[in-house]
Amino acid sequence: MNQLLQKYPEEVQQILAKYPPEFKRSAVMPLLYLAQRETNYVPRQALQDIAEILEISTTDVASIVGFYTLYYDEPGGRYRIQVCTDLPCALRGADRFLQELCERLGIEEGGTTPDGLFTVEAVKCLAACHRAPVFQVQGDGEIVYHENQTVELAMAWIEEVRGRVAARENQP
Amino acid sequence: MSTTSHLLLRHRDIANLDQLDVYLQHGGFEAFKKVVTQMQPAQVIDEVKASGLRGRGGAGFPTGIKWSFLPNNLWPHYVVCNADESEPGTFKDREILEGNPFQLLEGVMIASYAVQANLAYIYLRGEFWQIAHRLDEKIAELEKAGFLGDNLFGTTYSLRLRTHLGAGAYICGEETALLESLEGKLGQPRLRPPFPAVVGLYGKPTVINNVETLTNLPLILEKGAPWYKSMGTERSPGVKIFSLSGCVNRPGNYELPLGTTFRELIYTHGGGLPEGRQVKGIMPAGASSAIISITDDRLLDTPMDYESVAAIGSQLGSASVIVLDDSVDFAWLVSKTVNFFKHESCGKCTPCREGTFWMNRLAQRIVDGRATPEDISLLETVANQIAGKCLCALGEFSVMAVTTGIRQFRTDFEHHVNGSGSAAAGG
Repeated sequence: MNQLLQKYPEEVQQILAKYPPEFKRSAVMPLLYLAQRETNYVPRQALQDIAEILEISTTDVASIVGFYTLYYDEPGGRYRIQVCTDLPCALRGADRFLQELCERLGIEEGGTTPDGLFTVEAVKCLAACHRAPVFQVQGDGEIVYHENQTVELAMAWIEEVRGRVAARENQP
Repeated sequence: MSTTSHLLLRHRDIANLDQLDVYLQHGGFEAFKKVVTQMQPAQVIDEVKASGLRGRGGAGFPTGIKWSFLPNNLWPHYVVCNADESEPGTFKDREILEGNPFQLLEGVMIASYAVQANLAYIYLRGEFWQIAHRLDEKIAELEKAGFLGDNLFGTTYSLRLRTHLGAGAYICGEETALLESLEGKLGQPRLRPPFPAVVGLYGKPTVINNVETLTNLPLILEKGAPWYKSMGTERSPGVKIFSLSGCVNRPGNYELPLGTTFRELIYTHGGGLPEGRQVKGIMPAGASSAIISITDDRLLDTPMDYESVAAIGSQLGSASVIVLDDSVDFAWLVSKTVNFFKHESCGKCTPCREGTFWMNRLAQRIVDGRATPEDISLLETVANQIAGKCLCALGEFSVMAVTTGIRQFRTDFEHHVNGSGSAAAGG
């Protein structure tokens, strides 16, 4: 039983239609994004499902997860806050921003808040060097940029998300 | 001053240019319609050759000549737009993709017609997730409006565009690694030759052009090669987007003729440096640059074109100009760049995989104040063992800041070794 195909029949077909039928292996990357849409990591079962759809080995699919940094093979925070700390951003205070954000959240870099909502990590260049400090948020199947940040702005956004998640969970 | 009328960043002059109706009101897709209905593919290639347009992704290779390498006895042909912009210091393609997406798409379409490709891919770095989704909507609009699909404008020419998202790997900006990635494999560079023009995507002849390069095309085809050649310099014609970052008051993208001086970019457009600071160094091609040490103020008068920047020992690359002032510790700077390359090495070639690992450890040891004087020489030695021994440019680029940094700013390194290390700048 192919759970991915069963859950997202239309999306899988749309993805496959982007590539020549004889080269459907090209679809492995978009299918991995689809697989981690809900959980923010690729469940083991999805590796098999994708391998089956594309007629390649599970190892091939797993190697793609391992090579590319935006795929995860184990759960992290529901939202991954990814701060660029490369040279141009660091010249605009990105290292200090990352450190202070972690302190405010009471976690180490790479760690996850106790409520399981946020992982904070340093990442490589995000092509937003002129608007540093900058972070992207990976979660809910999306990647969204937050530019010209201060720790206060970031914390305000974090509290807003916490409020939103709590409201959703308290719904009858 | 061209800041009042942009050619590539036209969205700064025209509101809502990312909407199809607005783009059409301003002459959008007339160049594409003209080439498909009135020009032979070879004529399009000749026009682009005559314009002198050179690739804006970093290498500066003449675009029209690149196209002419595709053999006409091997089919199908593919066009791939490289939107994997990931060089630290570069953020120009992102602005085009967000602000002026239809001009890019029209450029992709013109390139496709020129080499008679019926399918073109736009490979975006995964972080551009939102941009890719907006491009998908715009491509759908173009299909509906009859600019994409079968038998365009009543001719026999058909064309489809597709986006493809990468997933966080700098190396995929290298064109053969990009093709591997697009084929669903690890993004690792291929051995060349054969070049992608002959054996590219799915083993077929393929043109790979950068976003900014392609965005020039609608204007070149509309206004002609002589008009384009009238801008910039003789050997580096046209305009270029300079991504300015680092120690300046107004970092950002500035579209200027090639050959504009560093001084004009930094002081006239970028608002100069913070009060009391001096330019100590410039990295004109992002983290991959050979560092230019501003030992003489006159170096700031160097024109930013491919030849002039090479003449002072660096390279223009994608024109991502990182300004470094006299508060920056260059040992710290080198620890930042090698950490980037260590992270981004794809692991295929041993000198790059192992070398960037060791350069990172040595540079970190130096800035942490744990190094001996010999470690500085050792770092240099490791760098020299990587240079010239890698399959692609990543390994070569990884040593640029190291070798030029130690050679020109050795005291910054020695400072740490002698136990009086300064605090890391900026951090």
